[in-house]
Amino acid sequence: MADAKWPSADERRLIGKRIDRLDGPVKATGRAQYAYDVNLPGMLWAKVIGSKHAAGTIVSIDTSAAETMPGVKATWIDKDLVGEDIRYIGQVLAAVAADTEERATEAASKVEVTYKVGEHQVVDNDPQFRTGRASNREQGDVDKAFADADVVVEGEYGAEVITHCCLEPHGQTAEVRDGELFLWPSTQNVSRYADQMDASVGIPRAKMHVDCQYMGGGFGSKFGHDKWGIIGSLLAKETKRPVKLMLDRDLELKIAGSRPSAFGKMKVAATRDGIITGVEADIWGTAGSGGYNMRQVPYVFKPAASRVKSHGIRTNRGSQRAWRAPAHPQCCLLTMSAVDDAAAALGMDALDFYLVNSEQTDRPDVYREELAIAADLIGYSKKAHLRGDSRPGPVKRGIGIAMHTWGGLGHPSDCDLTINPDGSVEVEMGTQDLGTGARTTLAIVAGETLGLPVDAITVKIGKSSYPASGASGGSTTIGGTTTAVRLAATEALNELLKSASKALGVPAEELEAKEGRIRSSNHPNTGLSWEDACSLLGPNSITKRGSNDRAQSQKAGFIDAGVGGVQMADVSVDIETGVVTVNEMVAVQDCGLIIDMKTAESQVFGALIMGITYGLYEEAVYDPTTGNMLNADMEYYRLAGYSDIGKLKVHMMTGKKYEDRGVIGLGEPPVIAPGAALSNAVANACGVRVPTIPLTPDRVLNALEKGGLV
Amino acid sequence: MKSFEYVSPTTVEEVIAQLSPDWGRSEIMAGGTDLVTSLKQGLVEPEKVVSLRQVEALHGITVSDESVVIGAATTLKEVAAHADVAEYFPAIVESIDSIGGPQIVNVGTLGGDLCQRPRCWFFRNGYGLLAQKNGDSLVTKGDNRYHAIFHDGGPAYFVNPSSLAPSLIALRAIVHTASMDGKREVLAKDFFKAPKDENDRETQLQANELVTAIEIPRLGLRNASYEVRHRSGLDWPYVAAAVAFKLTGGVASGANVVLGHVAPKPHLALSAAATLNQSLVSETAARQTGLAATEGARPLSRNGYKVHLVKTAVKRAVMSAAGL
Repeated sequence: MADAKWPSADERRLIGKRIDRLDGPVKATGRAQYAYDVNLPGMLWAKVIGSKHAAGTIVSIDTSAAETMPGVKATWIDKDLVGEDIRYIGQVLAAVAADTEERATEAASKVEVTYKVGEHQVVDNDPQFRTGRASNREQGDVDKAFADADVVVEGEYGAEVITHCCLEPHGQTAEVRDGELFLWPSTQNVSRYADQMDASVGIPRAKMHVDCQYMGGGFGSKFGHDKWGIIGSLLAKETKRPVKLMLDRDLELKIAGSRPSAFGKMKVAATRDGIITGVEADIWGTAGSGGYNMRQVPYVFKPAASRVKSHGIRTNRGSQRAWRAPAHPQCCLLTMSAVDDAAAALGMDALDFYLVNSEQTDRPDVYREELAIAADLIGYSKKAHLRGDSRPGPVKRGIGIAMHTWGGLGHPSDCDLTINPDGSVEVEMGTQDLGTGARTTLAIVAGETLGLPVDAITVKIGKSSYPASGASGGSTTIGGTTTAVRLAATEALNELLKSASKALGVPAEELEAKEGRIRSSNHPNTGLSWEDACSLLGPNSITKRGSNDRAQSQKAGFIDAGVGGVQMADVSVDIETGVVTVNEMVAVQDCGLIIDMKTAESQVFGALIMGITYGLYEEAVYDPTTGNMLNADMEYYRLAGYSDIGKLKVHMMTGKKYEDRGVIGLGEPPVIAPGAALSNAVANACGVRVPTIPLTPDRVLNALEKGGLV
Repeated sequence: MKSFEYVSPTTVEEVIAQLSPDWGRSEIMAGGTDLVTSLKQGLVEPEKVVSLRQVEALHGITVSDESVVIGAATTLKEVAAHADVAEYFPAIVESIDSIGGPQIVNVGTLGGDLCQRPRCWFFRNGYGLLAQKNGDSLVTKGDNRYHAIFHDGGPAYFVNPSSLAPSLIALRAIVHTASMDGKREVLAKDFFKAPKDENDRETQLQANELVTAIEIPRLGLRNASYEVRHRSGLDWPYVAAAVAFKLTGGVASGANVVLGHVAPKPHLALSAAATLNQSLVSETAARQTGLAATEGARPLSRNGYKVHLVKTAVKRAVMSAAGL
């Protein structure tokens, strides 16, 4: 009989190996159908109309001119908003559906909205605009820590607002057929996407069907059906035709989610040996029209004394949404910049400084081990110098270090695994693949459990009709889904072993599934091929359900929470132009038991690229006069290209100590530290701190000028 | 996008006949890299789009002892790949290479590069060419990090977006145009202007006039250009500089120093040229030329960094042109 607990290292054939993602070929060849690719016969295109003003009141919305436009089949008005206040530019007011995208766009421009324009406020970097109440936290004797310190360093640091900028914008295609609603959204939450749509759409939840096979990025912004999900469904219901509604790039950047800014006055107390003894932080920034919370300071390090005030600015901008590791990248940047400046003030080598302070973290041994590996991979001992590259010439080179942490565990997840009499195996689960390799990891775990190769497993995900699985957020997917499939596969296998037991005359307890056979563990030659064993089932398949229960699974060692990662950046800064070039970045990451080494590494590579992008390029620019986002495009909302990312190296921590913890998610951790590592590297290169990310030429030159270096 | 008529004539005369004498009613389409996005964004709503694709006379490069003449609808890719252009005018090839986007370079044309509209984010967001609200400039009160640091006192704060204009001006190129009124030849340095009101434009062209060719005299000038850009892929420069000068026994003469992305039109840095002339070209001379190029700069609230970039871009262009 098989035991569900994870196999030991010497038993693993698939888990932890480097396995190609199953859907790689369909993605690379363009055959994978993303939400945007769903085109149905007779389909209409819908376009939404966003508010042109950031504040004020909607007096009226008139779609009559749009309705007379050629090809227009339906319009929708948010009647609840008429007479009400608007909160930001782009807020969705109305929509039109027409037979082509161009006609829908043209008709949308004919919708007339009358505003009573109000006063807006979009400035987020000036603490005098703070709104609401501050959140304060204090521990230890902070005043004493600063009074007793050998060195006290003060500085101001910041991270600008960025957006999720999903390559595939938000939206869906909707169709109402025989009173049933079919939805093809781009979502991180297949099983629960349609929850609470019934009242707005007038169709019971039981008659809704969600299908998302491939999606082009969410990063925390695609959990709900959103207003456009309702609008698209209503337009489909009204027109009795499929309706595609995908946000255009400008609205995608303005209203479909952002990461809050964080600016902070930071104060660090340290001993002359570099031990951080106190941190004081006064933080502000904006979550747009949403609530502000930026309290994970001091980050990673836990000095005896700290005092943190987080007090946001409510602005007339679209609301924040969870952006990979909410608040962590900002708090990492604020903390790691400030303590790195303390190390520089002490004239201390940064690596020594981080090693010393690893003692006051949740996992000192992990960080120490990771720091050593990262240092080795980037060639720290050869490249490192104290702050300021003193070599001649305008191009200065430097190394920066940052550390991060995250939780994990696994979301509630159900999985049905079926063994068919013909030997085929199906895994059904209402989870989604965000591009991370969900299909592949499920096939690996099922294959490992059943003694079959990966390609013997048919993985069916992305439909709400499958057993429910949680939203992909907070690095909880891999833990939840792999535990559920492991439990289902083990139970199904044990059922199969029972029937094989009779045929073989070997007790089921003695049987195992290995190398495509059901065999005696004592006498491997006694057994049946997988197909023959399955044929014993007669007409009846075996279907078993596996369910992940967070607490039980953690107790049983399937999943765990809490990881540490170390990243180092090697950059060149042209101090005559302010242009920062990434030479190399190293990420060392632990995430418990790795299911697929290749997709795990790939996840970290992607995170580094995203981190370089927000560290060097990304920033939502808002205009104080008009309240509008000025760069809601992909021209001045810059993303890194292949030639901008340098050489990337990823090292995943393996070995019993890490693997015995069970599976831990990887979606958030590796994207936290890149901004801080880059900022520290730039400071190390050019000798002055560039306080705010992204590290654009203007910011670099301004910092150099302030430091008297240009 | 408003519906429009699309025509694709085969001769310059036919093109002219199709063009409206009023701005906005017809638009010329060469590569379309700017026009198509402008159409989609509703920045222009012409009744007619006139394609230059099939006008044979606007394509091709002719080399004589005196000059190189490049048809306005010649793609940037063809220009950069031309051996004589590369030999005589490295500044031009460097400017094209700096665009960083094969898609743009493959379809974008030389004439289109000169005539493209500004990338000012107020203009592109529909706040008008001059970005004014109730008579006040949105630019001076807002985020002007990419805007002009040289001003002629007029209302325009955007920067001229042309990648090739600084090099062409430095090389004393001549812009050939054609309209109902006949043909004109305008020095590249006089081709651009800073608009005075919303209905004004950024070049000397009339609404029914088109650029037919660019003539670059073969004066034996050392030349180079340098762009400061953030990304290595497709991106706009923060500042561009082009220089051309005669180098005799290490001494420069007849210098032109032209800056891009710093003013509503390409900016002739006359003091820089004067500094360079008669100097023995060295790193020191290059630095002094760069410093002189900043004369008259009046940065706005957020673009002071561009003054540093002018120094660097000019210095590096001078050194490159001199082979240092």
